[in-house]
Order: sequence, then C-alpha cells, then structure tokens
Amino acid sequence: MSYLKIDHVDKRFQRGAATTEVLKDINLVIDKGEYVSVIGHSGCGKSTLLNIIAGLTPVTTGGILLEGKEVNAPGPDRAVVFQNHSLLPWLTVYDNVALAVNKVFGATKSRAERHGWIMHNLELVQMAHAKDKRPGEISGGMKQRVGIARGLAMEPKILLLDEPFGALDALTRAHLQDSIMQIHATLGNTMIMITHDVDEAVLLSDRIVMMTNGPSARIGEVLDVRLERPRKRLELVSDRTYIAAREAVLKFLYERHRFVEAA
Amino acid sequence: MGQAVLKEATAGATVVALPGAKPGVVPLPAPARKPLSQRLLPWFRAVLVNVLPPLVTVALIALFWQIAASGPQSSLPPPTKIWEEAKDLIIEPFYWAGSQDIGLGWRILVSLQRVAIGFSLAAVVGVLLGAVVGQSVWAMRGLDPVFQVLRTVPPLAWLPLSLAAFRDSQPSAIFVIFITAIWPVIINTAVGIRNIPQDYRNVAQVLRLNQVEFFFKIMVPSAAPYIFTGLRIGVGLSWLAIVAAEMLTGGVGIGFFIWDAWNSSRLSDIIVALVYIGVVGFLLDRLVAFVGTIVTRGTLSN
Repeated sequence: MSYLKIDHVDKRFQRGAATTEVLKDINLVIDKGEYVSVIGHSGCGKSTLLNIIAGLTPVTTGGILLEGKEVNAPGPDRAVVFQNHSLLPWLTVYDNVALAVNKVFGATKSRAERHGWIMHNLELVQMAHAKDKRPGEISGGMKQRVGIARGLAMEPKILLLDEPFGALDALTRAHLQDSIMQIHATLGNTMIMITHDVDEAVLLSDRIVMMTNGPSARIGEVLDVRLERPRKRLELVSDRTYIAAREAVLKFLYERHRFVEAA
Repeated sequence: MGQAVLKEATAGATVVALPGAKPGVVPLPAPARKPLSQRLLPWFRAVLVNVLPPLVTVALIALFWQIAASGPQSSLPPPTKIWEEAKDLIIEPFYWAGSQDIGLGWRILVSLQRVAIGFSLAAVVGVLLGAVVGQSVWAMRGLDPVFQVLRTVPPLAWLPLSLAAFRDSQPSAIFVIFITAIWPVIINTAVGIRNIPQDYRNVAQVLRLNQVEFFFKIMVPSAAPYIFTGLRIGVGLSWLAIVAAEMLTGGVGIGFFIWDAWNSSRLSDIIVALVYIGVVGFLLDRLVAFVGTIVTRGTLSN
C-alpha cells in the first residue's frame, strides 16, 4: 500500500465569472521515507500542490490519501516548513517549538518529556544555544532551522518543505541542505520539498517531480535520482549520475518547458 | 603564525625600521573613572534640554495671564490670586475634613475608580467584539455600520438613557465611560485581527489550534499593537467623559467638584482642578502607552 497517494487532483480557482485551472490531473505515489522534490517554474502551481497536501487549500476534484485514509484538512501529521519560516515573533525560539509540541503531545507526554523533546529537536538543528532568543534576534538561516525543528517536533508522517531555503544566501543554504540530509538519514522521514533550484533538487531527492508550466500544470516527468547516500556535495560535482540527473532536469525546464513569460 | 608569514615575506627585502614604531600591542589606557561632575554633566544636560523649554513656556503663560487678569474689571483670577485662594487644594491633595470638604487627590481617585471599572469593561468587551468583527466577514458586514453610527454619538447623550435604565448615578456614569471607550477598542482590534498574516493562520491550522487557543496564542499577541492603540484612544476619551458625566450625576468626583465650585463662584478652585485633570489624563495616557510598549515588545520586531 502506498504511503501517500495524490489521486487525480485538479485545482481550479474561481474568481467571479473567471475560472483558472491551476493543476490538472496530478497523480503521484510516495513511499515511506522517500525524499521527493517538486520543481517547476514560478507560477506553475507547485506551492498550491504543497498546500493541497497540507490541507491548507481544498482540492477541486480528486483527493489525497495518507496511509489509505483521505486527508482534506490541515493537521500535525503533515507538518509544513514555510518559505518565510512563519515563526511567531512574540515567542522565543523555545516557545515557538513548545507551542507545537504542547499542542501535539500535550495529552500523551509528561511536562518533562515534552521539555526533553523540544530540546532534542532544537539540538537536531543546532539551535539549542539560542532557545531564549526571539525570532527578531536571530539570522534568516537560524529562523529557518527553528522552523524545521518545529516541523520535526510534531513527529509528522510527512514533512512538507515549501521552498525552505529560497530566501537564504548560497552558503547558508548549502549548510542547511547538509543539515536536512543528515536529519533525513537519521530519522528517515518522508519529505516533500518544493524548490526551484536544480542542484538542490538533485542533491537532496530520491525522486524529482517536474511540473509543466501553468495554467493547467501537470506532472511532466518524474526522475529517479539513483545516487548513493550519504551524498557528499563535493564528490558529486564530478559524479556522472549526478551530472546526468542535473542535465535531465535542466533540459526539462529550459528546453521542453521554457518559461515563456520570463523576461 | 602571522609573524612567520611576515618574516618570510620580508626575507628578501631590506627592512627599514621606522623610527619610533614599536611592534606589539599598544596598551589601551585603563578606563579611568571619570570624576563625578563629568559623569553627571550629560545627564544634567539632558534634563535641562527636556525640562527647561516647558518650564519657560509655563512661566511665560503665567506671566501673560498675570498681566491680562490683573485689571480691576478682570473676570478671571490671576495666578497670584489663585495661589492665595486655593493654596490648600494645591499643596494638600489628600486632606479630609468632612464628606464634601476633601482634597482633590481623593476626588481624582473616586473619578479614576469609575474610569477603571468602565474602561476595563470596555477593554474586555471591546477586544472580544473586535475579534468577532475582525474574524468574520458577516459579523463585520452586520455590525460595522452600526458601530460607525453609534461611535459618533457624544458621550453625554447616553447619560439620560443610562440614568433611566440604571436609576442610579454611579452605574450610569460607569456606563457612559464604557460606551465612550469601547468604540476605538472595537475598531482597532478588528483592524488588527484582519491584519494577522496568513502565515500565522496557516501555522494555527497545521497545529489544529481551537478557537480559544487561536484567540489567546495568535490573535491577541499578533493584534496587540493595534489593540493598544485602541486602548490608548479609549482611555483618553474615558477621562474626557467622566468629568462631564460627573458634572451631571453629582457625587464626589472631580467633575462634580468643578460644577460645585462654579455654583459657589470659586473660580480659583476650578482652575486648580483643571490642572489636576490635565496632569492625570496625561499620566493615564502614558501609563497605557507604557504597558503597550512592554506587552508588544516582541510583536513588532520581526
């Protein structure tokens, strides 16, 4: 049985008399522990797809099945790491994670266990040292780390990452990508990541889902990235499988599905 | 290590020592404690810069007033006469010599108590109603026009109705405070709630926060800057309204004192009372603003 199944999902937005079809006939099956990236040009509806999986946006037709059960409302089993971190600025780093942990495990874990779990997750993203800082006092990369810790702390069945490193500089991004790879290797979570960075997609993913341009975006191709884990950024630069995968994605994005509106 | 590199680099070259250039660390002079007079000087200057201009202004106004009101036909008392007639009120705010012969401090406290009750009620009800209006489109469509009309009604226009409803001056005065202060609280809270970023709502949805948790953990902190703007306007309006309401309802408050003084032609007392009211109103405003900056400290910095 598939772990997550995206089954014939269509999404249309209705504004007055005008209907825009954003997604058309999306079918995807994701296995437990898989790392799947969704890549496509901006405006192709990849964020909409993620929001549909998260339950934040309702589908028009079709459905999302998680372990065989339909999910159509948001919940902590599908935690989201938002692009702009979405930490609550009036809470400290610790309290931001605690808000999630207390809500999800309030009934099942004791106070001490919850504290331990919060600290464990902050340590996982190397942010335990800043637990008493507010989001306004830490850097963008650190905020995103805390966002990841908050997502992981919900112990989700699937972690959804919405362009998690998009707003970061290249060095910080590389650093966080390594962290994510390490976390994925340790915990074996199922993760779906939206990205528009080809290297990031190839480096992190088991499979890359390539979306055609909108409106009515479809899944164009799905590429298996058969690279051994753990992956080392520097060794991959000259790896033939890596280069081939990178080329395949680039060709898809810039030859067959050029973004015509791009200036 | 740095020195080794330097040696290598200069190995082939002739090193010319600059006269007087000594290598090594230049010791910083130990931070000597400045003499007291020097440390106090900046502080003293700051006080002077902030306090002197208003003092000069007040002195000039008093002088002008003294000259203008000194004539024999003058209908208002000059500052010197006020000091003579109302000295006890100025220097002794908390004397007690019988039920109607009490210091202005006591009267202010009575008025403040009414404001505290009415304003607290307005704050709680206002934030709750504002949350409903801000959160629900239909509540806004239904209630907002009503609020917009009611908020323009002057505070005192409510007094006869509330006297008829409560049949007692004390709750009537409190009701007038309540109905005066509530509108800015409602409207500002609603705006604050409408401006909660979608990101925070998404977080709440993923966590499945219920309505109560959402209200306390997301809504109130996120809208706090707006709420406090409303509260600050509200407390100012309350203080305006209480003086007027007390003039009509009687009792012990500062408003009634002014009315009473007018009826017995004690103009000096009225002027002293006005200064009291002004200072207390200013302090109330500052108090709410101060609480606001403490509470919203984290909200604005993101």
